[in-house]
Amino acid sequence: MNMNKHRVSALMAVIALFAGPAARASGSDNPLLLMVSFDEFEWRDTADGDALAWRGEAWLGKDRDKALLKTRGEMTDDATEEFELQALYARAISAWWDLQVGWRGDFQPVEQRNWAAIGVEGLAPGFIETELTAFIGESGRTSARIRGSYEMLLTNRLVLEPELEFNWFGKDDPVNGIGSGVSNLEAGLRLQYIFRRELVPYVGLSWEKAFGDTRRLIEAEGGDASDLQLVAGLRFWF
Amino acid sequence: MTLYKPKSGQDAFTAGRPISRRTFVTGAAAGGLLLASGLPARAATARGSVQAEALRGNSFDLGIGYREVNYTGTPRQATVVNGGLPGPVLRWKQGETVTLRVTNSLARDSSIHWHGIILPANMDGVPGFSFPGIRPGETFTYRFPVTQSGTYWYHSHSGFQEQTGLYGALIIDPIEPEPFSYDRDYVVVLSDWSDTKPDRIFSNLKKLGHYYNFKQRTFGDFARQASEQGWGNTIQDRAMWWQMRMSDRDISDVTGYTYTFLTNGMTPDDNWTGLFKRGEKVRLRFINAAAMTIFDVRIPGLKMTVVAADGQNVEPVSVEEFRIGVAETYDVIVEPEAGAYTIFSQAIDRSGYARGTLSEQPGMTAEVPQFDPAVILGHADMGMAMDHDMGGMDHSGMNHGEPNKPAVDHTAHGGMPMSADMSAGRAALGRAGMGSNAPIVHPETEQGFQVNMQAQSPRDQLTNPGIGLAGNGRRVLTYADLRNLNNTPDPREPEREIQLHLTGNMSRYIWSMDGIRFSDAEPLPLKLNERIRITLVNDTMMNHPIHLHGMWSDLETGDPDHIPRKHTILVQPGSKISYLVTPDMPGDWAYHCHLLYHMMGMFRRVRVSED
Repeated sequence: MNMNKHRVSALMAVIALFAGPAARASGSDNPLLLMVSFDEFEWRDTADGDALAWRGEAWLGKDRDKALLKTRGEMTDDATEEFELQALYARAISAWWDLQVGWRGDFQPVEQRNWAAIGVEGLAPGFIETELTAFIGESGRTSARIRGSYEMLLTNRLVLEPELEFNWFGKDDPVNGIGSGVSNLEAGLRLQYIFRRELVPYVGLSWEKAFGDTRRLIEAEGGDASDLQLVAGLRFWF
Repeated sequence: MTLYKPKSGQDAFTAGRPISRRTFVTGAAAGGLLLASGLPARAATARGSVQAEALRGNSFDLGIGYREVNYTGTPRQATVVNGGLPGPVLRWKQGETVTLRVTNSLARDSSIHWHGIILPANMDGVPGFSFPGIRPGETFTYRFPVTQSGTYWYHSHSGFQEQTGLYGALIIDPIEPEPFSYDRDYVVVLSDWSDTKPDRIFSNLKKLGHYYNFKQRTFGDFARQASEQGWGNTIQDRAMWWQMRMSDRDISDVTGYTYTFLTNGMTPDDNWTGLFKRGEKVRLRFINAAAMTIFDVRIPGLKMTVVAADGQNVEPVSVEEFRIGVAETYDVIVEPEAGAYTIFSQAIDRSGYARGTLSEQPGMTAEVPQFDPAVILGHADMGMAMDHDMGGMDHSGMNHGEPNKPAVDHTAHGGMPMSADMSAGRAALGRAGMGSNAPIVHPETEQGFQVNMQAQSPRDQLTNPGIGLAGNGRRVLTYADLRNLNNTPDPREPEREIQLHLTGNMSRYIWSMDGIRFSDAEPLPLKLNERIRITLVNDTMMNHPIHLHGMWSDLETGDPDHIPRKHTILVQPGSKISYLVTPDMPGDWAYHCHLLYHMMGMFRRVRVSED
């Protein structure tokens, strides 16, 4: 319980860090701006019970260069299942793409892992929001992540957003339940209502599936290698 | 044409009593009379009716200050002149010297720019351009001779103050009688008001380019198109947009989602009204004082005879509708017969409208028309070569933010250098009035994250009334209709030509010229009294109203003998347009897109000097 409180306050601290005083346009065409956005901030009905999950970022910067923090994670009543933080420098390199380099820390499930991150994020043809990142960790660990999402406008207020993410690891990390190869995919389908641009409640489904050695590790511990979850949450930014 | 003769000793200002001088500009008599006769409270509240008194003469005291306004039910602070939104109509006389003492009571710097007025650079009112701006509590005295006549306007050139109400109409009575007659004279100032602070509007756009666009293409539109044209054709048509990552519904950056559109500072509900008597000719001086909104104006039931554009007389042309870009002005004459007529000014993206009424009697109204269908961009608006076979669209003619592919075959043009200055012999330049012959050359500086489109086959759109208007069944004004009523003021052939590209990245919300934003740009040098052609190439999907300060933009509409003079040129998406300029006033001048949130980047300093 104490442990949980600690974790919650740690999360709150991260959010508070992101939610500093908003920068204002200063009459320049290239003002210093702060943006905080959570694409997912949601309740999940997981196999292990209720969970709070989030995926968000904050940036401070101008048109071309930005300091960027990314966070994602999932907490249940009992444990922080996943908590990832990235601190990146982002630079616009073409009309549609940003280059991102920096650090990624995985604080859960068991042992902290640090990675150097390099990737691109942007809008691929077809209006696919795309993120493609490579990670290099200690002891020769490597990893890669690709994720894509698409906003399908059912109306100008009601949006169905499918998303898909794959994670790949170069090496086994049995302590953290990770096997080499494509370890897992996360597929989501969220029906959003744009109440305001900055305030978008949604409901949806999230499906997680583990593969290969990762799957064997999970199943050896008696876990489910596949989990379909109902989700409900709020996308917000400012 | 009959010369203007005031009726029985009245001038246009007081013609048609019982309209008072105040009524002439505000039309507030409608509301006032409604009040007097105890008619509905809506008129009594007249929330938006805060226009200032008109002023005439050659010496003026103007005060810039705050004022509370309420257009939506929520009180907000506006920045205004003499307490009015719009500010007072200023009426000058051609040939006089005017003195304007402007006192700034705001907490921050301010300024007034006299839009379209030919004057010395230090009187132009652009901070940082031979003018320091007006500090809080200070008074700046403008003094300059008035050499021109017609309908103009004034506005702040500081920060985003235009968005919050700092503008007004400017009328200059001519020395010579006007070449047309009318019995009444109304100013119609169109504008856009938002309860959201302009800084926030701008940062919203930076964070989410389509923040204000709630007319985007939906899956239903896709399905509908597919059922009409077949899936194969639809996917082929969509493929270009998918590849470009642009929206064919991207018409306005800021829309009716946040804007209330105003006619003379009044909301559509408050309904500004101008009165007339049967048989009278009414002159309407339309001024687009909006921050971001291009309007399509019509008065159902009335033909409008356009007699002046940007204050300068043109050969009269009868139309049913015209598009007015931000900062443009059009003078039209209408002859209402009986009853009431709605002045319907719909925003170009059909997200809202400004409304006014011409009426025989106070309180009479006419039907407000339905919006026209949503405006949808086509391939030509991308500056692509037109291909009428939609199924066989060739995408090779378009380049969107990817590494440069030459727009023209350089071998065919003798290896034209990638320079903006094309002074390669006069013979190569098209004849004055007929536009440019120069090849379209995209400068290297357009490469980069700040630009996401290039028009590879930009077309001259002089005969096109604009996106969403062509083929609507009405006679709509085009730039090709504009011919100077007089002979071309400066009949010289151009000595050289400058090609400038209007560039941007809508998604990142960055605007520039030639891919270079103002803060990084060198001044554009012009030589005193040269005759130069400027060709603008619009490498974006938006209309940009481009305003050159301090000198006329002589728009090449196809008649060398009657080139019309304008101060603001609306450049259609993916198009090119040319105009001639004679820089006859030395100094530094502002040259920019008049869309307020494009302006800071899509801006150049023009330096006119003797060498």
